[in-house]
Amino acid sequence: MPTPVIELTNVSRKFISAQGQVTLALREMSLIVNEGDFCAIVGPTGCGKSTTLGMITGLSPPSTGSVKVFGKPVTGIDPNIGFVFQADAVFPWKSVIDNISIGPIYRGKDSKTAKEMAAEWVRRVGLSGFENHYPHQLSGGMRKRVALAQTFINEPKILLMDEPFAALDVQTRALMQEELLGLWSEKKASVVFVTHDIEEAIALADRVVVLTKGPGSVKSSYEIPLARPRDVSQARYSDEFVHLSKQIWFDLKGEVQI
Amino acid sequence: MNTTTATTANTPASEEELAAIAKAVNRQRLVIFLRVALAIFTLTSWELAVRYELIDPFFFSQPSAIYEQLYVWLTEGTAQGPLWRELLVTMEETVLGFLIGSLLGIFCGIALGRNKLAGDVFSIYIKVANAIPRVVLGSIFIIMFGLGMGSKVALAVVMVFFVVFGNAFQGVREADRNLIANAYILGASKRQVTFTVVFPSALSWILASLHVSFGFALVGAVVGEFLGARHGIGLLISTAQGSFNAAGVFASMVVLAVVALAAEYSLTALEDKLLKWRPAQFVEHGM
Repeated sequence: MPTPVIELTNVSRKFISAQGQVTLALREMSLIVNEGDFCAIVGPTGCGKSTTLGMITGLSPPSTGSVKVFGKPVTGIDPNIGFVFQADAVFPWKSVIDNISIGPIYRGKDSKTAKEMAAEWVRRVGLSGFENHYPHQLSGGMRKRVALAQTFINEPKILLMDEPFAALDVQTRALMQEELLGLWSEKKASVVFVTHDIEEAIALADRVVVLTKGPGSVKSSYEIPLARPRDVSQARYSDEFVHLSKQIWFDLKGEVQI
Repeated sequence: MNTTTATTANTPASEEELAAIAKAVNRQRLVIFLRVALAIFTLTSWELAVRYELIDPFFFSQPSAIYEQLYVWLTEGTAQGPLWRELLVTMEETVLGFLIGSLLGIFCGIALGRNKLAGDVFSIYIKVANAIPRVVLGSIFIIMFGLGMGSKVALAVVMVFFVVFGNAFQGVREADRNLIANAYILGASKRQVTFTVVFPSALSWILASLHVSFGFALVGAVVGEFLGARHGIGLLISTAQGSFNAAGVFASMVVLAVVALAAEYSLTALEDKLLKWRPAQFVEHGM
């Protein structure tokens, strides 16, 4: 029996603007993510994908319903959570090594230990030789690697990713997907990966959850039976993959039609 | 991936690169030449206009008279004492006012910027304080602190404070939400976020304001001396004014200009050092 690490039960989230306008972003959404699960969420724009992640981190609490992480209601930011943002969220005034070591420093490690840990991660994400570069001197893919290392160094048990590779070009994105799976397979954190790219979702995840158009709730859920370890670039040509991709697209199409 | 690292420093330059470097050097030389030429042209036409009685030296003085005035001040000293001592007094007031004003401004700007309610309450008063001519406070400071250094420093502080404060406040508010959220998730406390995320992102705003505010500190000090003092360049100007000595006023301005230029250069150097993480500005000539 797998243990659930993230449980959302009948969660709704309203946003109220300063003018008093109420927007419902999520409606009665329920989702369970088990330990070690790689769960991808796809859905049309504005369906509340990012809102869902925000509620799991504790940065934006739900209006109604309950969000539990490790069986306990979310009250603040859980130290076991890692988050990779869509936009560049590395600190532009810090060099690569300082960016990566900042997590351990925030968590009370002395700077020497943190630097040693960071040096190891610099190597693992393939940035050796760029330790003292500033983010603006790196390419988009390299900056994303810094962001991954920055998150992974804290050894999160839950990894939330909000369209992390959306801004990258196709080739770099494929490379980063491989790299993510490699890093993930070492520790097997539970992942919630938000994306609008169906193929990316199938290639990476154990389970793909399709949301309805906003206000979002779960429309359907697909188990992805592709074997692991996966070769992302090859997997997408198998019949199974194509079949799943068609099915999910069919589901999603009903939601994106205007 | 080599495109992202500098290649010019250690690889032998190709002919194309050499040509580009030569072009840049030539342009730099042209700029300097034109600057000097413009100065010579202006000063010569000024001098000639006075000699041929096109303008009245009683009001506008003339470069040679200003030079003579400066020469006298440098060799024989001013009526109040040696020029360097007068300058030192003004500089001391300016630098003290600049330091106190900017430190206070940075501190208050960040503290208020981090607190939404306080920020909303105070922002209207900051606008008001920025809009009224604060030089007027000089009179009050003379009454409060007397003719000594205190009143000038106080005026310089007031001049500087609001500029730096406003920029620090704005800089804090403009800090990237994503970066702040990222820091919190990576495990930062509110204090750590302030020091490692908010302050560095406000820094470019703050440094930009320091350029302007050094000039403001100088204005504060000089106006303060103008209103009443025993020493300083402002007093020198006010004495020259009293004796209808236009050359004296212009000579004092020259002294102040040299000081302001030197301060500007050191602030730019400081800025380059603190903001070395920023991408270099690519300047294409002839566009």
